[in-house]
Amino acid sequence: MLKFTEDHEWLRVQDEVATVGITQHAVEQLGDLVFVELPKIGAVLGRGDAAATVESVKAASEVYCPLDGEIVAVNDAISGDPSLVNADPEGQGWFFRLKLADPNAVARLLDKDAYDKLVG
Amino acid sequence: MNAPEALLKTPLTALKVRLGGKMVPFAGYEMPVQFPEGVMKEHLHTRAHAGLFDVSHMGQIRLRPRSGRMEDAALALERLMPVDVLGLKPGRQRYGLLTNDAGGILDDLMFANRGDHFFIVVNAACKALDIAHIREGLADDCEVDEWSDRALMALQGPQAEAALAALVPSVADMAFMDVAEVRLIGVDCVVSRSGYTGEDGYEISVPASRAVDLAEALLADGRVHPIGLGARDSLRLEAGLCLYGADITVATTPVEAGLEWAVQKARRTGGARAGGFPGAGPILKQMAEGAGRRRVGLLPEGRAPVRAGAQLFETEISSQAIGAVSSGGFGPTTGAPVAMGYAPTSHAASGTRLFADLRGGRIPVRVAGMPFITPGYKRT
Repeated sequence: MLKFTEDHEWLRVQDEVATVGITQHAVEQLGDLVFVELPKIGAVLGRGDAAATVESVKAASEVYCPLDGEIVAVNDAISGDPSLVNADPEGQGWFFRLKLADPNAVARLLDKDAYDKLVG
Repeated sequence: MNAPEALLKTPLTALKVRLGGKMVPFAGYEMPVQFPEGVMKEHLHTRAHAGLFDVSHMGQIRLRPRSGRMEDAALALERLMPVDVLGLKPGRQRYGLLTNDAGGILDDLMFANRGDHFFIVVNAACKALDIAHIREGLADDCEVDEWSDRALMALQGPQAEAALAALVPSVADMAFMDVAEVRLIGVDCVVSRSGYTGEDGYEISVPASRAVDLAEALLADGRVHPIGLGARDSLRLEAGLCLYGADITVATTPVEAGLEWAVQKARRTGGARAGGFPGAGPILKQMAEGAGRRRVGLLPEGRAPVRAGAQLFETEISSQAIGAVSSGGFGPTTGAPVAMGYAPTSHAASGTRLFADLRGGRIPVRVAGMPFITPGYKRT
């Protein structure tokens, strides 16, 4: 199940774990990424907390935690090569995996049609 | 963001929009921060091949001596700048600084001796004030004319020579900081072999009515890509060149900024025309004794860019800032973050380890010489 936030993150949810990244639209707005700082595995974050920091050639931005949960994996490949996020933001350029405190909360997020309308 | 209708356009704005430029407000103009290629590739393309920049937002000024004698205009201009203007030969260009009575920098500029007049290019954000300042200072001796029906473009990179020489072979014979009138696509242009990227290249002043034709002629050469302001900034930063308003301001002097080289011998203490410019007292005193702080290059450790405004500290835990970053970002060519800023002269030696604020933490930065890249200027 693919979901989106108004802050331009995507979530691919399988059971109670969501893989999170930033959308194609976000990447187009940010420009070339040159630095990614990922959260620590085991960090417990609330919805809206700053989970990661990205720096593009232009500016720094936060990536927010889309729902309450615990970080169970991070994509170290993108800290080594941030351009992976630009090349494939919704695939190889994922940021972290979040074990959801409440899997039902996913229902509050945007589906693809609603997100496309938001950025359209 | 400002309403688009409030922003000024250059003669090349429509072309840049057509080329996919992502337009943003800059110094009152609608300018492209990048083209579809993106800042990183545009930067690297300029260093490897050639990039075309629209810099028509900058001010173009002509200064003619009322007496008809160029030395009168040169001496008049020397009243506003700590620079040797009289010694600049016809057909040559030089970097200059307008200073105030406190020794602060009002603007930096390029000026060229065109034989019967000086041709001056100033920063966009400063141009109205500069023109008023120059008129006020020089009106008795010079006619000051803003050349506003012109466009200005920069063609920069190791293949700039080949690309421009394909239109007019003679430009290949120009050396760094030469300036000449050159007929391009059937129209007389003022061409200088200079720029602000650290690369070899040219700046071309062209009548506004032919600017699009010339830009299209240059872009028809596959080696030449359109480049936006984002890459212009990272290119000049890697080259160690100052951005007015960030690295140099009214609150910085030429000595603090490390621009002593722009104050030639003739204007220094003991020189043929020592002093006689605004701020001569404090500037010449600093030339002799040094200034308390200095602009330095900074190499942050790791990959995170340290940006303008970040404070600098002596240690990881000291609470009192000793300086600040004036501009910083990621250097696409160096493949690492690069910055410049002001540090106390006692902490300005290359290799000195300082710490910069980054999102509440401190990261080590090393004072380093500039430029961060090897410039490609054609000094012959």
